[in-house]
Amino acid sequence: MARIVGGLTSSHIPAIGNAIANKKFDDPYWKPFFDGYPPVRDWLAEVKPDIAVIIYNDHGLNFFLDKQPTFAIGAAPEYHNQDEGWGIPTIAPFKGAPEFSWHLINSLVHDDFDMVTCQEMAVDHGFTMPMQLFWPDYAQANIKTVPLVVNTVQHPLPSPKRCYRMGQALGKAIESYPEDLKVVVVGTGGLSHQLDGERAGFINKEFDQICMAKIVDDPEYFLDMSIHDMVRLAGAQGAEFIMWLTMRGALTGNVKQLYSNYHLPISNTAAGMLCLKNGA
Amino acid sequence: MINEAPIEGTVMFDGVQAMKGYALNKMCYSFNKKENRDSFLADEEAYMSAYGLNEQQKQAIRDKVVLNLLAAGGNIYYLAKFAGIFGLNVQDVGAQQTGMTVEEFKEKLLRAGD
Repeated sequence: MARIVGGLTSSHIPAIGNAIANKKFDDPYWKPFFDGYPPVRDWLAEVKPDIAVIIYNDHGLNFFLDKQPTFAIGAAPEYHNQDEGWGIPTIAPFKGAPEFSWHLINSLVHDDFDMVTCQEMAVDHGFTMPMQLFWPDYAQANIKTVPLVVNTVQHPLPSPKRCYRMGQALGKAIESYPEDLKVVVVGTGGLSHQLDGERAGFINKEFDQICMAKIVDDPEYFLDMSIHDMVRLAGAQGAEFIMWLTMRGALTGNVKQLYSNYHLPISNTAAGMLCLKNGA
Repeated sequence: MINEAPIEGTVMFDGVQAMKGYALNKMCYSFNKKENRDSFLADEEAYMSAYGLNEQQKQAIRDKVVLNLLAAGGNIYYLAKFAGIFGLNVQDVGAQQTGMTVEEFKEKLLRAGD
């Protein structure tokens, strides 16, 4: 049976794409951010997961407001990155795992999470930044991917509780796959930031630190919060934390934090990273 | 206790905004493609008319004032593609909305770590 070996979180700020392209790993602005990732890459090289489920939000590349799904999942053999309009380099495609995706879809819909299914799906920086950070040589690495999109673009957004519950159903779906595969679940986005309005530039370090700690040991702390609460505490785009909660819901075992990194600012955002081991 | 009180300086992009801004956001979505960005730059007025922008939206685009674009129903993820045409990043956009210089805005972000 498939097994969830761990959960990862990472911010997915687009500026990271240019910093990677320009190799700014030792630049004083970027170093404290990039330095969080090598220990996780080493852990991934040791554990060798077969599949990564990447939970992110589309930023107007694959979906437009004509059809805006609350939850969507990829079931394609390959996922292509495309021009998003503002200059981050387009990178090589990612391998998919369509049979595994269809197993997840069948199980999730059976458990009342009615996913939009996508046999073609362009993946934007929300997906590509974490992939490049955790698997810099993803094109060579033997890692397949499943993109899982959560709407954070147009209100109403799904509640923290709904996302956590979907994560639980996702965990159950993954662990009922009959093949002996190792799976890692990645929650992206966050932490606190706001891009729009007079409140642009809002960051809440205190709340971020609650998020970094509680997501590990007490994720249910967030379940009675509304999206409005998340926006007030974490900023308009800080509500992306619901995707970390989705990831956390999938971890059913004994969760142990292996690595963490928190650094601000990267662009307009407080960047958070976690590597959680999902033990027996 | 449910607290849905308005959050200062924040417009929730909901159904009301989505209806108001549909044409504007659809035009900005088209800017994912380079040929569309080039067509816009070649004739901004014709491009805006082809997407059916109203006068408020057209004027906000001409002025490149982000708060006015938001008031006209713009969604920040789509507006970012418009800003990108002019090489403006989210810090430039943040500075403009808060009435700061870009340096002041970056300093504000740095101070959030204190």
